[in-house]
Amino acid sequence: MSDDHLSRVAGSPADRTEPRTWAAEGNVAFAEPWQAQIFSMTVALNEAGAFSWKEWGEVFSAQRRQSREASKPDTSQTYYEDWLDALETMAEMQALASRENQLRYRRAWHNAAARTKHGQPIELQEADFDKGTVHAEIHKHQNHR
Amino acid sequence: MTEDDHTGQDHDHDHSHLTETESRVRALESLLTEKGYIDPKTLETILQTYEEQIGPRNGAKVVARAWSDPSFMEWLLRDATAAIASMGYTGRQGEHIVALANTSRVHNVVVCTLCSCYPWPVLGLPPSWYKSSAYRARVVIEPRKVLAEFGLTLPDDMTIRVWDSTSEMRYIVVPMRPAGTDGWSAQDLEKLVIRDSMVGVRQALTPADASAARAAGKGVRHV
Repeated sequence: MSDDHLSRVAGSPADRTEPRTWAAEGNVAFAEPWQAQIFSMTVALNEAGAFSWKEWGEVFSAQRRQSREASKPDTSQTYYEDWLDALETMAEMQALASRENQLRYRRAWHNAAARTKHGQPIELQEADFDKGTVHAEIHKHQNHR
Repeated sequence: MTEDDHTGQDHDHDHSHLTETESRVRALESLLTEKGYIDPKTLETILQTYEEQIGPRNGAKVVARAWSDPSFMEWLLRDATAAIASMGYTGRQGEHIVALANTSRVHNVVVCTLCSCYPWPVLGLPPSWYKSSAYRARVVIEPRKVLAEFGLTLPDDMTIRVWDSTSEMRYIVVPMRPAGTDGWSAQDLEKLVIRDSMVGVRQALTPADASAARAAGKGVRHV
């Protein structure tokens, strides 16, 4: 009974076609580990003085507005994707990590995953940065932006 | 499906794979760690704190104390940031907290129309519905209807005030003290203060609600 309202508040027609809706998620703060990671990174950066919470709020809410205008599904997946977009933007804006470096590291992580046996922890090594192979999905993401 | 899902690409299943999202998160984390902006140990601590120590129990303690102690209530309504800090709950983001008392004439409800600003120190992380566009948009336009969906039907002559949070100003609702709780200790009162009542989408539990919940074995499930 206590969760009735969730389905109704979140139950717009757009949600029903999505496998993952706010209603199905109940009260879980983080659905996946990466969401908890970006949350704690953002809090840590703020506490270290990298940016104020007001600055963060401006970038994040602009991202939320954008995704709403783009009619992205009203789900926590979208919420944390927006959070990640905002954090990448913030890292660039505050000169913490350039877009170029973000992309370079992203590629290196793909390389690291590709040489790591399934089930083993994936760790970044120097050699991962040298490979020229760019994951197809990276291009896709770049175009997407 | 998101852009991270595989689209029929031929992956070698002996090897690991990171989704695009995971690799972006790892890229940020490793970059920021290498540059010394963040420390993985700090990240652990932050998560633990938010998952284990900061939650709506803090807010319930604040409300129960305000119900039991008129001078604390007065302080809370005048300067919630200081009153709450005196109990050891301080905002990590330097935000101000404003406490809004419900009365028999005015009902307060909180939203963040821009993103999901929420009084973390007293309520922990927001529930998922608070972050949904549906709640953020609708509670401003049709609060009475949205509250009814939460099971809270308010009389027509009750004024509803919807407060829009910002990164600098967060709100906590002080629900009305339920009838039949005269002489209750703050500790007992605290059990009636559910999270949703401090966002303003429900009332505090009545003594009957609380014992029914206990009998149903739900205990403090929603608290």
